[in-house]
Amino acid sequence: MKRSVLLSALALVVVAVAAPLAGSSHIELGRAFAGVSPDHEIFFYARLPRVILALLAGSALSVTGVLFQCMLRDPLAEPYTLGVSSGASVGAVIAICLGFRATGLASLAGAALVLLMVLGMAVEGRRLSSFTLLLTGVTMNSMAFAVILFLHNLASFSQSFAISRWLMGGLESVEYTTLAWLAGVVLGISALVMLWAPQWNLLAVGDDWAASRGVSTVRLTAMGYVAGSVLTGLVTALTGPIGFVGLIVPHALRLKLGADHRVLLPCAFLLGGAFLIVCDTLSRTVIAPTEIPVGVLTALCGGPFFLWLLKSKRRSLWL
Amino acid sequence: MSFVARQLGFAYGLHDASFELPHSGLITIAGPNGAGKSTLLGILAGLRSPYRGSCLYDGKEVRQWPRRDFARHVAFLPQSVRLEFPFTAEEVVLMGRTPYASGWFQTPEDRAAAEDAMTTTDTLAFRARDFRTLSGGERQRVILASALTQRPRVLLLDEPATHLDLRHQLSLYRLLRELAKTLLVVAATHDLNIALQFSDRVMLLADGRIVGDGAPGEVLNPELIAHVFGVHATIHAGLNNTWMTYEA
Repeated sequence: MKRSVLLSALALVVVAVAAPLAGSSHIELGRAFAGVSPDHEIFFYARLPRVILALLAGSALSVTGVLFQCMLRDPLAEPYTLGVSSGASVGAVIAICLGFRATGLASLAGAALVLLMVLGMAVEGRRLSSFTLLLTGVTMNSMAFAVILFLHNLASFSQSFAISRWLMGGLESVEYTTLAWLAGVVLGISALVMLWAPQWNLLAVGDDWAASRGVSTVRLTAMGYVAGSVLTGLVTALTGPIGFVGLIVPHALRLKLGADHRVLLPCAFLLGGAFLIVCDTLSRTVIAPTEIPVGVLTALCGGPFFLWLLKSKRRSLWL
Repeated sequence: MSFVARQLGFAYGLHDASFELPHSGLITIAGPNGAGKSTLLGILAGLRSPYRGSCLYDGKEVRQWPRRDFARHVAFLPQSVRLEFPFTAEEVVLMGRTPYASGWFQTPEDRAAAEDAMTTTDTLAFRARDFRTLSGGERQRVILASALTQRPRVLLLDEPATHLDLRHQLSLYRLLRELAKTLLVVAATHDLNIALQFSDRVMLLADGRIVGDGAPGEVLNPELIAHVFGVHATIHAGLNNTWMTYEA
Protein backbone atom coordinates (compact mmCIF):
# COMPACT_ATOMS: atom_id res chain seq x y z
CA MET A 1 0.00 0.00 0.00
CA LYS A 2 2.71 2.45 1.00
CA ARG A 3 4.88 1.14 -1.81
CA SER A 4 2.36 1.92 -4.57
CA VAL A 5 1.94 5.48 -3.27
CA LEU A 6 5.70 6.00 -3.05
CA LEU A 7 6.27 4.59 -6.53
CA SER A 8 3.55 6.85 -7.94
CA ALA A 9 5.12 9.87 -6.26
CA LEU A 10 8.50 8.92 -7.70
CA ALA A 11 7.03 8.58 -11.21
CA LEU A 12 5.41 11.99 -10.91
CA VAL A 13 8.66 13.64 -9.78
CA VAL A 14 10.65 12.11 -12.65
CA VAL A 15 8.06 13.14 -15.22
CA ALA A 16 7.63 16.64 -13.79
CA VAL A 17 11.38 17.29 -13.82
CA ALA A 18 11.98 15.88 -17.28
CA ALA A 19 8.97 17.45 -19.03
CA PRO A 20 10.02 21.14 -18.95
CA LEU A 21 13.38 20.20 -20.50
CA ALA A 22 11.76 18.55 -23.50
CA GLY A 23 10.56 20.71 -26.35
CA SER A 24 11.10 22.02 -29.84
CA SER A 25 14.05 24.19 -28.80
CA HIS A 26 16.84 22.74 -26.71
CA ILE A 27 17.42 24.39 -23.32
CA GLU A 28 19.71 23.70 -20.38
CA LEU A 29 18.61 23.77 -16.77
CA GLY A 30 21.76 25.53 -15.56
CA ARG A 31 21.35 28.38 -18.04
CA ALA A 32 17.66 28.67 -17.21
CA PHE A 33 18.36 29.11 -13.50
CA ALA A 34 21.26 31.47 -14.20
CA GLY A 35 18.82 33.75 -15.99
CA VAL A 36 20.42 33.39 -19.42
CA SER A 37 18.09 34.33 -22.27
CA PRO A 38 16.24 32.64 -23.94
CA ASP A 39 16.60 29.49 -21.80
CA HIS A 40 15.30 31.37 -18.76
CA GLU A 41 12.15 32.62 -20.50
CA ILE A 42 11.40 29.33 -22.21
CA PHE A 43 11.82 27.34 -19.01
CA PHE A 44 10.05 29.65 -16.54
CA TYR A 45 7.41 31.32 -18.70
CA ALA A 46 6.59 28.89 -21.50
CA ARG A 47 7.12 25.37 -20.21
CA LEU A 48 7.07 25.24 -16.41
CA PRO A 49 3.64 26.88 -15.92
CA ARG A 50 2.20 24.57 -18.52
CA VAL A 51 3.67 21.49 -16.84
CA ILE A 52 2.25 22.63 -13.49
CA LEU A 53 -1.14 23.22 -15.09
CA ALA A 54 -1.02 19.74 -16.66
CA LEU A 55 -0.11 18.25 -13.29
CA LEU A 56 -2.95 19.96 -11.44
CA ALA A 57 -5.51 19.31 -14.18
CA GLY A 58 -4.56 15.63 -14.48
CA SER A 59 -4.66 15.15 -10.73
CA ALA A 60 -8.00 16.89 -10.32
CA LEU A 61 -9.65 15.00 -13.18
CA SER A 62 -8.39 11.60 -12.01
CA VAL A 63 -9.44 12.16 -8.40
CA THR A 64 -12.87 13.30 -9.60
CA GLY A 65 -13.12 10.25 -11.86
CA VAL A 66 -12.45 7.90 -8.94
CA LEU A 67 -14.94 9.80 -6.82
CA PHE A 68 -17.82 9.90 -9.32
CA GLN A 69 -17.38 6.25 -10.32
CA CYS A 70 -17.55 5.33 -6.65
CA MET A 71 -20.53 7.54 -5.77
CA LEU A 72 -22.57 6.55 -8.80
CA ARG A 73 -21.36 2.93 -8.66
CA ASP A 74 -20.98 3.27 -12.40
CA PRO A 75 -17.67 2.26 -13.96
CA LEU A 76 -18.45 4.48 -16.97
CA ALA A 77 -18.81 7.66 -14.93
CA GLU A 78 -16.21 10.37 -15.47
CA PRO A 79 -15.72 13.97 -14.33
CA TYR A 80 -17.94 15.17 -17.17
CA THR A 81 -20.88 12.89 -16.38
CA LEU A 82 -22.57 15.17 -13.86
CA GLY A 83 -22.88 18.21 -16.09
CA VAL A 84 -20.54 20.76 -14.55
CA SER A 85 -18.07 20.82 -17.42
CA SER A 86 -20.90 21.26 -19.92
CA GLY A 87 -21.95 24.28 -17.92
CA ALA A 88 -18.38 25.53 -18.12
CA SER A 89 -18.39 25.00 -21.89
CA VAL A 90 -21.65 26.90 -22.32
CA GLY A 91 -20.20 29.78 -20.32
CA ALA A 92 -17.06 29.85 -22.45
CA VAL A 93 -18.99 29.61 -25.73
CA ILE A 94 -21.29 32.48 -24.72
CA ALA A 95 -18.22 34.56 -23.84
CA ILE A 96 -16.66 33.80 -27.22
CA CYS A 97 -19.86 34.68 -29.09
CA LEU A 98 -20.29 37.95 -27.21
CA GLY A 99 -16.64 38.84 -27.68
CA PHE A 100 -15.71 38.76 -23.97
CA ARG A 101 -12.04 38.23 -23.25
CA ALA A 102 -12.59 36.46 -19.94
CA THR A 103 -13.70 33.04 -21.21
CA GLY A 104 -12.26 31.49 -18.04
CA LEU A 105 -14.47 33.54 -15.75
CA ALA A 106 -17.53 32.98 -17.92
CA SER A 107 -17.00 29.23 -17.88
CA LEU A 108 -16.56 29.30 -14.09
CA ALA A 109 -19.90 31.07 -13.85
CA GLY A 110 -21.48 28.44 -16.12
CA ALA A 111 -20.03 25.62 -14.02
CA ALA A 112 -21.26 27.17 -10.78
CA LEU A 113 -24.74 27.67 -12.21
CA VAL A 114 -25.03 24.02 -13.26
CA LEU A 115 -23.65 22.84 -9.92
CA LEU A 116 -26.36 24.73 -8.06
CA MET A 117 -29.09 23.64 -10.47
CA VAL A 118 -28.19 19.95 -10.24
CA LEU A 119 -28.02 20.10 -6.44
CA GLY A 120 -31.33 21.93 -6.31
CA MET A 121 -32.97 19.35 -8.53
CA ALA A 122 -31.44 16.25 -6.99
CA VAL A 123 -31.78 17.03 -3.29
CA GLU A 124 -35.34 16.53 -2.22
CA GLY A 125 -36.10 17.13 1.40
CA ARG A 126 -33.21 15.51 3.20
CA ARG A 127 -32.77 12.80 0.61
CA LEU A 128 -30.31 12.60 -2.24
CA SER A 129 -29.94 9.56 -4.39
CA SER A 130 -26.98 9.05 -6.66
CA PHE A 131 -29.40 7.88 -9.34
CA THR A 132 -31.22 11.23 -9.42
CA LEU A 133 -27.84 12.92 -9.49
CA LEU A 134 -26.86 10.85 -12.51
CA LEU A 135 -30.09 11.53 -14.42
CA THR A 136 -30.01 15.26 -13.66
CA GLY A 137 -26.36 15.51 -14.70
CA VAL A 138 -26.88 13.64 -17.97
CA THR A 139 -29.89 15.83 -18.79
CA MET A 140 -27.82 18.95 -18.07
CA ASN A 141 -25.18 17.64 -20.47
CA SER A 142 -27.71 17.23 -23.27
CA MET A 143 -29.22 20.65 -22.72
CA ALA A 144 -25.80 22.30 -22.61
CA PHE A 145 -24.81 20.52 -25.80
CA ALA A 146 -27.95 21.81 -27.51
CA VAL A 147 -27.16 25.38 -26.44
CA ILE A 148 -23.59 25.02 -27.72
CA LEU A 149 -24.79 23.70 -31.10
CA PHE A 150 -27.26 26.56 -31.38
CA LEU A 151 -24.65 29.22 -30.58
CA HIS A 152 -22.12 27.56 -32.85
CA ASN A 153 -24.63 27.84 -35.63
CA LEU A 154 -25.00 31.59 -35.10
CA ALA A 155 -21.30 32.30 -34.69
CA SER A 156 -19.05 33.95 -37.25
CA PHE A 157 -16.24 32.02 -38.90
CA SER A 158 -13.51 33.10 -36.49
CA GLN A 159 -15.77 32.63 -33.44
CA SER A 160 -16.67 29.21 -34.69
CA PHE A 161 -12.99 28.30 -34.89
CA ALA A 162 -12.42 29.60 -31.36
CA ILE A 163 -15.37 27.53 -30.11
CA SER A 164 -14.04 24.34 -31.71
CA ARG A 165 -10.60 24.91 -30.23
CA TRP A 166 -12.07 25.49 -26.80
CA LEU A 167 -14.22 22.37 -26.93
CA MET A 168 -11.19 20.26 -27.88
CA GLY A 169 -9.49 21.23 -24.66
CA GLY A 170 -5.84 22.13 -24.39
CA LEU A 171 -3.16 23.38 -22.08
CA GLU A 172 -1.57 26.78 -22.37
CA SER A 173 0.83 28.63 -20.15
CA VAL A 174 -1.06 30.59 -17.51
CA GLU A 175 0.17 33.12 -14.97
CA TYR A 176 1.73 31.94 -11.74
CA THR A 177 -0.87 33.71 -9.62
CA THR A 178 -3.62 31.73 -11.37
CA LEU A 179 -1.62 28.55 -10.85
CA ALA A 180 -1.20 29.32 -7.17
CA TRP A 181 -4.95 29.71 -6.74
CA LEU A 182 -5.62 26.52 -8.66
CA ALA A 183 -2.97 24.61 -6.70
CA GLY A 184 -4.46 25.76 -3.40
CA VAL A 185 -7.96 24.64 -4.29
CA VAL A 186 -6.96 21.38 -6.00
CA LEU A 187 -4.63 20.33 -3.17
CA GLY A 188 -7.12 21.34 -0.48
CA ILE A 189 -10.11 19.57 -1.97
CA SER A 190 -8.11 16.48 -2.96
CA ALA A 191 -6.75 16.21 0.58
CA LEU A 192 -10.28 16.45 1.95
CA VAL A 193 -11.51 13.79 -0.46
CA MET A 194 -8.65 11.49 0.55
CA LEU A 195 -9.44 12.04 4.21
CA TRP A 196 -12.85 10.46 3.60
CA ALA A 197 -11.35 7.46 1.79
CA PRO A 198 -12.72 4.83 4.23
CA GLN A 199 -16.24 6.21 3.73
CA TRP A 200 -15.91 6.12 -0.07
CA ASN A 201 -15.10 2.43 0.23
CA LEU A 202 -18.45 1.82 1.88
CA LEU A 203 -20.37 4.07 -0.50
CA ALA A 204 -18.83 2.19 -3.43
CA VAL A 205 -20.64 -0.92 -2.21
CA GLY A 206 -24.03 0.72 -1.72
CA ASP A 207 -26.06 3.38 0.09
CA ASP A 208 -27.69 0.97 2.56
CA TRP A 209 -24.39 -0.81 3.08
CA ALA A 210 -22.74 2.47 4.09
CA ALA A 211 -25.70 3.74 6.11
CA SER A 212 -25.98 0.55 8.15
CA ARG A 213 -22.32 0.96 9.09
CA GLY A 214 -22.76 4.43 10.46
CA VAL A 215 -22.05 6.66 7.43
CA SER A 216 -24.31 9.66 6.70
CA THR A 217 -24.74 8.83 3.05
CA VAL A 218 -26.72 11.90 1.97
CA ARG A 219 -24.17 14.28 3.40
CA LEU A 220 -21.28 12.28 1.97
CA THR A 221 -22.83 12.04 -1.51
CA ALA A 222 -23.58 15.77 -1.54
CA MET A 223 -20.06 16.64 -0.41
CA GLY A 224 -18.54 14.30 -2.98
CA TYR A 225 -20.61 15.86 -5.72
CA VAL A 226 -19.63 19.39 -4.72
CA ALA A 227 -15.94 18.48 -4.30
CA GLY A 228 -15.73 16.73 -7.67
CA SER A 229 -17.67 19.48 -9.40
CA VAL A 230 -15.52 22.29 -8.03
CA LEU A 231 -12.38 20.42 -9.13
CA THR A 232 -13.78 19.74 -12.61
CA GLY A 233 -15.28 23.20 -13.01
CA LEU A 234 -12.04 24.98 -12.13
CA VAL A 235 -9.90 22.80 -14.36
CA THR A 236 -12.33 23.01 -17.27
CA ALA A 237 -12.39 26.80 -17.02
CA LEU A 238 -8.61 26.85 -17.55
CA THR A 239 -8.15 24.01 -20.04
CA GLY A 240 -11.47 23.24 -21.66
CA PRO A 241 -12.77 19.69 -21.48
CA ILE A 242 -9.86 17.22 -21.68
CA GLY A 243 -11.38 13.80 -22.12
CA PHE A 244 -10.38 10.33 -21.06
CA VAL A 245 -8.01 11.16 -18.16
CA GLY A 246 -10.76 10.90 -15.57
CA LEU A 247 -12.04 7.66 -17.03
CA ILE A 248 -8.91 5.75 -17.80
CA VAL A 249 -6.54 6.58 -14.94
CA PRO A 250 -8.97 5.35 -12.25
CA HIS A 251 -9.68 2.11 -14.13
CA ALA A 252 -6.04 1.37 -14.89
CA LEU A 253 -5.21 1.89 -11.22
CA ARG A 254 -8.08 -0.30 -10.01
CA LEU A 255 -6.86 -3.10 -12.26
CA LYS A 256 -3.40 -2.83 -10.72
CA LEU A 257 -4.12 -1.84 -7.13
CA GLY A 258 -7.63 -3.00 -6.28
CA ALA A 259 -10.52 -0.88 -5.10
CA ASP A 260 -9.39 0.45 -1.70
CA HIS A 261 -9.80 4.23 -1.95
CA ARG A 262 -7.09 4.81 0.63
CA VAL A 263 -4.57 3.65 -1.99
CA LEU A 264 -6.55 4.50 -5.10
CA LEU A 265 -7.11 8.20 -4.41
CA PRO A 266 -3.48 9.19 -3.64
CA CYS A 267 -2.22 7.15 -6.59
CA ALA A 268 -4.87 8.65 -8.90
CA PHE A 269 -3.80 12.11 -7.80
CA LEU A 270 -0.10 11.44 -8.45
CA LEU A 271 -0.33 9.35 -11.61
CA GLY A 272 -3.19 11.36 -13.11
CA GLY A 273 -0.90 14.38 -12.96
CA ALA A 274 2.01 12.42 -14.41
CA PHE A 275 -0.15 11.02 -17.22
CA LEU A 276 -1.37 14.42 -18.36
CA ILE A 277 2.16 15.88 -18.21
CA VAL A 278 3.38 13.07 -20.48
CA CYS A 279 0.50 13.55 -22.91
CA ASP A 280 0.97 17.31 -23.01
CA THR A 281 4.73 16.99 -23.56
CA LEU A 282 4.06 14.65 -26.46
CA SER A 283 1.38 16.97 -27.82
CA ARG A 284 3.84 19.84 -28.14
CA THR A 285 6.87 17.85 -29.31
CA VAL A 286 5.75 15.03 -31.63
CA ILE A 287 5.04 17.15 -34.70
CA ALA A 288 6.50 20.43 -33.42
CA PRO A 289 6.02 23.28 -34.07
CA THR A 290 2.42 22.18 -34.68
CA GLU A 291 0.59 21.04 -31.55
CA ILE A 292 -1.72 18.07 -31.35
CA PRO A 293 -4.71 18.87 -29.07
CA VAL A 294 -3.96 17.15 -25.78
CA GLY A 295 -7.42 15.57 -25.60
CA VAL A 296 -6.64 13.71 -28.82
CA LEU A 297 -3.40 12.45 -27.30
CA THR A 298 -4.90 11.33 -23.99
CA ALA A 299 -7.24 9.09 -25.97
CA LEU A 300 -4.55 7.92 -28.40
CA CYS A 301 -1.95 7.09 -25.71
CA GLY A 302 -4.29 5.98 -22.97
CA GLY A 303 -6.70 3.90 -25.05
CA PRO A 304 -4.35 1.21 -26.37
CA PHE A 305 -2.53 0.97 -23.02
CA PHE A 306 -5.83 0.48 -21.24
CA LEU A 307 -7.02 -2.16 -23.71
CA TRP A 308 -3.76 -4.05 -23.20
CA LEU A 309 -4.16 -3.85 -19.42
CA LEU A 310 -7.74 -5.03 -19.66
CA LYS A 311 -6.80 -7.97 -21.84
CA SER A 312 -3.89 -9.08 -19.67
CA LYS A 313 -5.80 -8.83 -16.39
CA ARG A 314 -9.27 -9.78 -17.50
CA ARG A 315 -9.09 -13.46 -16.74
CA SER A 316 -7.87 -12.99 -13.19
CA LEU A 317 -10.49 -10.31 -12.53
CA TRP A 318 -13.51 -12.11 -13.91
CA LEU A 319 -14.54 -9.16 -16.04
CA MET B 1 -36.71 -5.56 25.41
CA SER B 2 -34.47 -4.50 22.54
CA PHE B 3 -37.06 -3.26 20.03
CA VAL B 4 -40.50 -1.96 20.98
CA ALA B 5 -42.78 -0.99 18.09
CA ARG B 6 -46.18 0.70 18.43
CA GLN B 7 -48.51 1.29 15.46
CA LEU B 8 -45.48 1.20 13.20
CA GLY B 9 -46.11 2.02 9.54
CA PHE B 10 -44.27 3.02 6.41
CA ALA B 11 -45.76 4.45 3.21
CA TYR B 12 -47.93 1.74 1.62
CA GLY B 13 -45.70 -1.13 2.77
CA LEU B 14 -46.50 -1.53 6.47
CA HIS B 15 -49.46 -0.69 8.71
CA ASP B 16 -50.08 -0.65 12.46
CA ALA B 17 -47.39 -3.11 13.47
CA SER B 18 -47.00 -3.45 17.23
CA PHE B 19 -44.57 -5.90 18.80
CA GLU B 20 -41.73 -6.27 21.26
CA LEU B 21 -38.50 -8.12 20.56
CA PRO B 22 -36.30 -9.75 23.25
CA HIS B 23 -32.52 -9.50 23.62
CA SER B 24 -31.73 -12.88 22.15
CA GLY B 25 -33.25 -15.64 20.08
CA LEU B 26 -33.98 -16.31 16.44
CA ILE B 27 -37.10 -14.64 15.10
CA THR B 28 -38.23 -15.15 11.52
CA ILE B 29 -40.44 -12.77 9.61
CA ALA B 30 -42.45 -14.84 7.17
CA GLY B 31 -44.93 -13.88 4.50
CA PRO B 32 -45.53 -13.86 0.76
CA ASN B 33 -43.81 -11.49 -1.68
CA GLY B 34 -44.71 -7.87 -1.04
CA ALA B 35 -46.05 -8.55 2.45
CA GLY B 36 -43.75 -5.93 3.98
CA LYS B 37 -40.92 -8.13 5.32
CA SER B 38 -38.12 -6.03 3.82
CA THR B 39 -39.84 -2.80 4.81
CA LEU B 40 -40.10 -3.94 8.43
CA LEU B 41 -36.45 -5.02 8.51
CA GLY B 42 -35.44 -1.74 6.86
CA ILE B 43 -37.18 0.27 9.59
CA LEU B 44 -35.54 -1.81 12.34
CA ALA B 45 -32.19 -1.27 10.62
CA GLY B 46 -32.73 2.50 10.61
CA LEU B 47 -32.70 2.61 6.82
CA ARG B 48 -36.37 3.49 6.17
CA SER B 49 -37.30 6.85 7.52
CA PRO B 50 -39.57 8.64 8.26
CA TYR B 51 -41.87 5.91 9.53
CA ARG B 52 -45.24 6.31 11.19
CA GLY B 53 -45.85 5.42 14.80
CA SER B 54 -42.99 4.57 17.08
CA CYS B 55 -40.06 2.17 16.98
CA LEU B 56 -37.84 2.24 20.04
CA TYR B 57 -34.49 0.54 20.28
CA ASP B 58 -33.06 0.39 23.78
CA GLY B 59 -35.67 2.95 24.84
CA LYS B 60 -34.79 5.49 22.15
CA GLU B 61 -36.54 6.17 18.84
CA VAL B 62 -34.59 4.48 16.00
CA ARG B 63 -34.54 7.59 13.81
CA GLN B 64 -33.01 9.61 16.66
CA TRP B 65 -30.06 7.29 17.23
CA PRO B 66 -26.77 8.69 15.97
CA ARG B 67 -25.97 6.47 12.98
CA ARG B 68 -22.54 5.47 14.22
CA ASP B 69 -23.73 4.42 17.68
CA PHE B 70 -26.65 2.54 16.18
CA ALA B 71 -24.27 0.64 13.89
CA ARG B 72 -22.46 -0.68 16.96
CA HIS B 73 -25.71 -2.26 18.14
CA VAL B 74 -27.56 -3.30 15.02
CA ALA B 75 -26.11 -4.93 11.90
CA PHE B 76 -28.07 -5.42 8.69
CA LEU B 77 -27.48 -7.95 5.89
CA PRO B 78 -29.06 -7.07 2.54
CA GLN B 79 -30.48 -9.82 0.36
CA SER B 80 -27.45 -9.68 -1.90
CA VAL B 81 -24.53 -7.38 -2.56
CA ARG B 82 -23.47 -6.56 -6.09
CA LEU B 83 -20.06 -5.00 -6.42
CA GLU B 84 -18.83 -2.93 -9.36
CA PHE B 85 -15.29 -2.68 -8.02
CA PRO B 86 -12.57 -5.21 -7.16
CA PHE B 87 -12.71 -5.26 -3.35
CA THR B 88 -11.27 -8.40 -1.75
CA ALA B 89 -13.31 -10.53 0.63
CA GLU B 90 -11.23 -9.29 3.55
CA GLU B 91 -11.74 -5.64 2.59
CA VAL B 92 -15.50 -6.24 2.51
CA VAL B 93 -15.33 -7.83 5.97
CA LEU B 94 -13.22 -5.00 7.39
CA MET B 95 -15.81 -2.45 6.27
CA GLY B 96 -17.87 -3.67 9.21
CA ARG B 97 -15.36 -2.00 11.54
CA THR B 98 -16.31 1.48 10.31
CA PRO B 99 -18.47 2.33 13.35
CA TYR B 100 -15.41 1.76 15.56
CA ALA B 101 -12.81 3.42 13.33
CA SER B 102 -11.13 6.47 14.78
CA GLY B 103 -8.89 7.20 11.83
CA TRP B 104 -7.73 6.29 8.41
CA PHE B 105 -5.86 3.07 9.17
CA GLN B 106 -7.11 -0.25 10.48
CA THR B 107 -6.00 -1.09 14.01
CA PRO B 108 -4.77 -4.51 15.18
CA GLU B 109 -8.08 -4.74 17.00
CA ASP B 110 -9.96 -4.35 13.70
CA ARG B 111 -7.86 -7.09 12.15
CA ALA B 112 -8.47 -9.38 15.09
CA ALA B 113 -12.22 -8.81 14.86
CA ALA B 114 -12.15 -9.56 11.13
CA GLU B 115 -10.09 -12.70 11.71
CA ASP B 116 -12.58 -13.82 14.37
CA ALA B 117 -15.61 -13.22 12.18
CA MET B 118 -14.01 -14.95 9.20
CA THR B 119 -13.21 -17.97 11.36
CA THR B 120 -16.81 -18.13 12.59
CA THR B 121 -18.19 -17.99 9.06
CA ASP B 122 -15.48 -20.22 7.59
CA THR B 123 -14.32 -17.65 5.05
CA LEU B 124 -10.62 -17.30 5.89
CA ALA B 125 -9.62 -19.50 2.95
CA PHE B 126 -10.58 -16.88 0.36
CA ARG B 127 -9.85 -13.69 2.26
CA ALA B 128 -7.61 -12.31 -0.52
CA ARG B 129 -9.93 -13.12 -3.41
CA ASP B 130 -11.93 -10.59 -5.40
CA PHE B 131 -15.41 -10.62 -3.85
CA ARG B 132 -17.01 -10.78 -7.31
CA THR B 133 -15.35 -14.11 -8.07
CA LEU B 134 -16.96 -15.84 -5.08
CA SER B 135 -19.99 -18.09 -5.32
CA GLY B 136 -23.36 -17.00 -3.93
CA GLY B 137 -22.88 -18.99 -0.74
CA GLU B 138 -19.37 -17.69 -0.17
CA ARG B 139 -20.52 -14.10 -0.71
CA GLN B 140 -23.33 -14.52 1.79
CA ARG B 141 -20.88 -15.79 4.41
CA VAL B 142 -18.47 -12.93 3.73
CA ILE B 143 -21.30 -10.42 4.18
CA LEU B 144 -22.29 -12.16 7.40
CA ALA B 145 -18.68 -11.91 8.58
CA SER B 146 -18.71 -8.19 7.77
CA ALA B 147 -21.83 -7.75 9.89
CA LEU B 148 -20.29 -9.73 12.77
CA THR B 149 -17.24 -7.45 12.90
CA GLN B 150 -19.66 -4.72 13.97
CA ARG B 151 -19.94 -6.73 17.20
CA PRO B 152 -23.70 -6.21 17.06
CA ARG B 153 -26.34 -7.11 19.62
CA VAL B 154 -28.95 -7.43 16.91
CA LEU B 155 -28.49 -9.08 13.52
CA LEU B 156 -31.10 -8.31 10.85
CA LEU B 157 -31.08 -10.46 7.72
CA ASP B 158 -33.20 -10.00 4.59
CA GLU B 159 -33.83 -13.43 3.06
CA PRO B 160 -30.27 -14.59 3.72
CA ALA B 161 -30.73 -18.03 2.17
CA THR B 162 -32.30 -17.02 -1.14
CA HIS B 163 -29.20 -17.62 -3.24
CA LEU B 164 -27.95 -20.65 -1.33
CA ASP B 165 -28.23 -24.34 -2.11
CA LEU B 166 -29.84 -26.68 0.42
CA ARG B 167 -26.69 -27.60 2.28
CA HIS B 168 -25.59 -23.98 2.64
CA GLN B 169 -29.10 -22.93 3.69
CA LEU B 170 -29.01 -25.40 6.54
CA SER B 171 -25.50 -24.55 7.65
CA LEU B 172 -26.31 -20.83 7.56
CA TYR B 173 -29.39 -21.30 9.76
CA ARG B 174 -27.47 -23.59 12.09
CA LEU B 175 -24.91 -20.81 12.47
CA LEU B 176 -27.67 -18.26 13.08
CA ARG B 177 -29.17 -20.57 15.73
CA GLU B 178 -25.79 -20.64 17.42
CA LEU B 179 -25.46 -16.83 17.27
CA ALA B 180 -29.01 -16.43 18.57
CA LYS B 181 -27.93 -17.79 21.96
CA THR B 182 -26.26 -14.46 22.70
CA LEU B 183 -27.81 -12.00 20.27
CA LEU B 184 -31.13 -11.20 18.73
CA VAL B 185 -31.32 -12.54 15.18
CA VAL B 186 -34.22 -11.42 12.99
CA ALA B 187 -34.42 -13.01 9.54
CA ALA B 188 -36.99 -12.48 6.81
CA THR B 189 -37.77 -15.61 4.84
CA HIS B 190 -40.51 -17.07 2.71
CA ASP B 191 -39.43 -20.61 3.41
CA LEU B 192 -41.91 -21.79 6.02
CA ASN B 193 -40.01 -25.00 6.74
CA ILE B 194 -36.96 -22.97 7.69
CA ALA B 195 -39.13 -20.82 9.95
CA LEU B 196 -40.72 -23.91 11.46
CA GLN B 197 -37.45 -25.71 12.13
CA PHE B 198 -35.12 -23.00 13.29
CA SER B 199 -36.99 -20.09 14.85
CA ASP B 200 -38.06 -19.41 18.39
CA ARG B 201 -40.81 -17.14 17.16
CA VAL B 202 -42.46 -16.37 13.85
CA MET B 203 -44.01 -13.06 12.81
CA LEU B 204 -46.29 -13.66 9.84
CA LEU B 205 -46.99 -10.69 7.58
CA ALA B 206 -49.65 -10.28 4.91
CA ASP B 207 -50.42 -7.09 2.98
CA GLY B 208 -48.30 -4.99 5.31
CA ARG B 209 -49.99 -6.20 8.50
CA ILE B 210 -48.91 -8.64 11.19
CA VAL B 211 -51.41 -11.51 11.04
CA GLY B 212 -49.62 -13.93 13.35
CA ASP B 213 -46.95 -13.62 16.02
CA GLY B 214 -45.83 -16.41 18.31
CA ALA B 215 -44.28 -19.86 18.50
CA PRO B 216 -43.73 -21.38 15.03
CA GLY B 217 -46.02 -24.34 15.73
CA GLU B 218 -48.91 -22.05 16.65
CA VAL B 219 -48.55 -19.38 13.98
CA LEU B 220 -47.85 -21.71 11.08
CA ASN B 221 -51.13 -23.60 11.16
CA PRO B 222 -52.93 -24.78 8.02
CA GLU B 223 -55.81 -22.28 8.34
CA LEU B 224 -53.60 -19.22 8.58
CA ILE B 225 -51.30 -20.48 5.81
CA ALA B 226 -54.28 -21.05 3.54
CA HIS B 227 -55.49 -17.54 4.32
CA VAL B 228 -52.12 -15.83 3.77
CA PHE B 229 -50.47 -17.87 1.02
CA GLY B 230 -53.51 -19.42 -0.67
CA VAL B 231 -52.13 -22.98 -0.48
CA HIS B 232 -53.12 -26.08 1.45
CA ALA B 233 -50.46 -27.04 3.94
CA THR B 234 -50.07 -30.33 5.72
CA ILE B 235 -47.99 -30.52 8.88
CA HIS B 236 -45.96 -33.67 9.42
CA ALA B 237 -44.58 -34.48 12.84
CA GLY B 238 -41.44 -36.61 12.98
CA LEU B 239 -39.40 -37.76 15.93
CA ASN B 240 -37.15 -34.71 16.19
CA ASN B 241 -38.79 -32.14 14.01
CA THR B 242 -41.88 -31.06 12.18
CA TRP B 243 -42.12 -30.06 8.55
CA MET B 244 -44.85 -29.22 6.10
CA THR B 245 -45.76 -29.87 2.53
CA TYR B 246 -48.00 -27.71 0.35
CA GLU B 247 -50.36 -28.13 -2.57
CA ALA B 248 -52.33 -25.55 -4.47
